[in-house]
Amino acid sequence: MTSVRNPAPLLVVLLLAVAFPANAAELQKPSPLKSGVEFTGESARALEKDEFANPGMLWVERGSKLWGEAPRGNGKSCASCHGDAAKSMKGVATRYPRVDPGAERLVDLEGRINLCREKNQLAHPLARESDELLALTAYVARQSRGMPLAVAIDEKSRAAFERGRVQYNTRVGQMNLACTHCHDRNWGKQLAAETVSQGHGNAFPAYRLEWQSLGSLERRIRACYYGVRAEMPPYGAEILLDLELYLGWRASGLPVETPGVRR
Amino acid sequence: MVARVQLPQQARRGEVIEVRIAIQHPMETGFRYDPMGKPVPKNVINSLKVRYNDSEIFSAELGSGIAANPYLQFCTVAEASGELVFEWVDDNGSRGSERATLTVA
Repeated sequence: MTSVRNPAPLLVVLLLAVAFPANAAELQKPSPLKSGVEFTGESARALEKDEFANPGMLWVERGSKLWGEAPRGNGKSCASCHGDAAKSMKGVATRYPRVDPGAERLVDLEGRINLCREKNQLAHPLARESDELLALTAYVARQSRGMPLAVAIDEKSRAAFERGRVQYNTRVGQMNLACTHCHDRNWGKQLAAETVSQGHGNAFPAYRLEWQSLGSLERRIRACYYGVRAEMPPYGAEILLDLELYLGWRASGLPVETPGVRR
Repeated sequence: MVARVQLPQQARRGEVIEVRIAIQHPMETGFRYDPMGKPVPKNVINSLKVRYNDSEIFSAELGSGIAANPYLQFCTVAEASGELVFEWVDDNGSRGSERATLTVA
């Protein structure tokens, strides 16, 4: 065996190679990129396309009313500052989650709405998954319908993106599966009676037939944790937002479909 | 209750028009149990009636077989300009209503 004068640098390199294996597959996006609507089935697709029958529109309708109402606070409604949402909110949903000026951490659209309520309307934040928050989020997101997702991965959000990417590739739960196992390696194949999608969030908040209600992307991701029998992170948990950012990057270019109809 | 109603704003006399209504309601069947094992009480919209210029043109009895956020659709003949009034009630006694105007040429 050849003797090595100073083994330390060699050992460090070997240690790094073991701890952080270069895995090109981890930064891959599915190709071709397909929205979840392509995996839902005929009747769900038809329901989503129908402007009127789409059950999610009931929340959008409520959101349009809440937009003009002032909650108990300083008397301002969303409309007081933002005017016509069709103009002022156009494109907004394509950028979330992001680190907003005035927020130290990543916020999704729901979080941004609550920030506005607290800081600009001096009102209580709305509870996660509450009817009102879902309605406002769906209404705001709908103003970006058809526009491509474009979250920013920059110096402010890079750490969160990395955490999301690592989590996406980490096995969890009793079933010991990572997101990538279903949504990168097995999309398009059958899982029980359903076709596995690519796991994009471009249609959220979405009306999920299983829920018989509109629900947020956080709720859907929590359901995935439940699906592999893992402990569900609580609403608002950092890891859920990190994952949403990673998913947003992964779905870049897909059009906003809110409110989507899913199984 | 949030509800949306859709019908053409204008129609010719004698024209068949399609009327649609969607109501936000959980339509709790009475067969579900909450996470603690307690039965969730039944509460569904049990009746929907639609009047057109004060004559009833549509009436439905609904039960727990109808999915949440019910969507109904029916046709009627446009006769005279006026108002359609939709009224519904659920098992808890909560009432909802919507109105829509129709202009008939």
